[in-house]
Amino acid sequence: MAPPTPGATTTSSGITLNVNGEKHTLPVDHRTTLLDALRERLDLTGTKKGCDQGQCGACTVLVDGRRSLSCLQLAVAADGREITTIEGVADGDRLHPVQQAFLDLDGYQCGYCTPGQICSAIAVIEEHAAGWPSAATADVGAEAAPPLDPDEIRERMSGNLCRCGAYVSIVRAVARAAEEMQADDAAVKEAAA
Amino acid sequence: MREFGYERAHDVAGAVALLGADPEARYLGGGTNLVDLMKSGVERPALLVDVRELPLDGIEVTADGGLRVGATVTNSDLAAHPEVRRRYPALTQAVLAGASGQLRNMATVGGNLLQRTRCGYFTDTARSCNKRVPGSGCSAHDGEHHNHAILGASAHCVATHPSDMAVALAAFDAVISYETADGPGETPLADFYLPVGDTPHRETALPPGALITGITLPPAPVAAHSRYRKVRERASYAFAIGSIAAALDVEDGVVRDVRLAYGAVASRPWRARAAEAALTGGPATATAFAAAADAELAAAEPLSDNGYKVPLLRNLTVALLSELTEATEGAAR
Repeated sequence: MAPPTPGATTTSSGITLNVNGEKHTLPVDHRTTLLDALRERLDLTGTKKGCDQGQCGACTVLVDGRRSLSCLQLAVAADGREITTIEGVADGDRLHPVQQAFLDLDGYQCGYCTPGQICSAIAVIEEHAAGWPSAATADVGAEAAPPLDPDEIRERMSGNLCRCGAYVSIVRAVARAAEEMQADDAAVKEAAA
Repeated sequence: MREFGYERAHDVAGAVALLGADPEARYLGGGTNLVDLMKSGVERPALLVDVRELPLDGIEVTADGGLRVGATVTNSDLAAHPEVRRRYPALTQAVLAGASGQLRNMATVGGNLLQRTRCGYFTDTARSCNKRVPGSGCSAHDGEHHNHAILGASAHCVATHPSDMAVALAAFDAVISYETADGPGETPLADFYLPVGDTPHRETALPPGALITGITLPPAPVAAHSRYRKVRERASYAFAIGSIAAALDVEDGVVRDVRLAYGAVASRPWRARAAEAALTGGPATATAFAAAADAELAAAEPLSDNGYKVPLLRNLTVALLSELTEATEGAAR
């Protein structure tokens, strides 16, 4: 990049990305997407570039706890936000229940869409637990979301495409992980009571 | 992509001032449409004014029982809000019918209203498009247009507005508030999107540099009995080929109040006022619903490959109003 002309608009900025609990300060050209910053600047290549147009979900990460498409997120606009990528979802050597379920139930074939699928599924389970309805929900007026059945999972995961067509196993994996996480949640509450 | 400056605004006046200082500046909300268009070269801003951190992220019930929604509320938060789900369920359904969970987390209400058409010729800078380059011609008219407009279009442009949310807002008489350097203003959604005519590049009535600050929905008891139905070419995560927002109040088989709006048929969400007029005070029957849809769709001017939208919208009208009749009469018994 040419050095900035005095008086011209600044087209790059120094930013701090808080990724998986670690702060990274780096200069970025404003055109840089969060996806490219993660992959090319921070060497966090778990997040995948699929379509780069917001149509496939391969680049899904969590921004401030919510699933987002890192290909449509400018890195400079993510300055100061908390980002979780696939590299940050496990608890040390213990896989996240969603990761474990994808492994156990073959929720993938080539694996390219898998990091996005897993980040998305983690958020799906949290959104459902928070009572968010979906387009598959018959009564959006009800306070609690309906059970996370295959129809609900398919709809809520529809932003993540899988060209291998591993959807049947993905739905099973998300369902099992959700059951486990709900059971863990209930056990924690019981222990606290 | 052209190089650009970036400023994060912290208050509304500051955002409006930043934008006003640069004629090539754009507001950045969730960026789900703007960033995509910047990548393809359709949008070439010199400066982005990021408005995501403005204090416009509230949803509150107004004193008269309506709803006020801030411009930076995300689609997700709008859809999940208990008062939206209870008072305007078709709005929740419309928002949830659009995009994906990831995109709904990013996209804002203000940006949703201002999103651009997904006409393939608009997004392809190698093709002519009057909306992108005024006077260059319309490639869609004699091209691939199976999902283009049947109502309110012109020889200059046959693009549709892609929003699901705006269809429900049109049915519920939403009013859009904005801020300019000269002070605040507001416009009913009905007047917000300009007629296509020979100026398809001029899309809204927003004054230059104005920042949308929120939407107000007037109280509408009928909206509690409302639904949104969307038809698309796959089961989820696709734009509509036809959609409908409807609210209905029926008593003793007679329509007391009705709201109808169509999506994916015009350059704006299409409030079906002719159908509403035909229905109000009349019988709540499938025959009457079909006649009302015909009254609305009499103005349709389909192109060679999108005539299917006329019976599609007619069928959607009959189906959704019949369901609402059954639901409201069932609830009354």
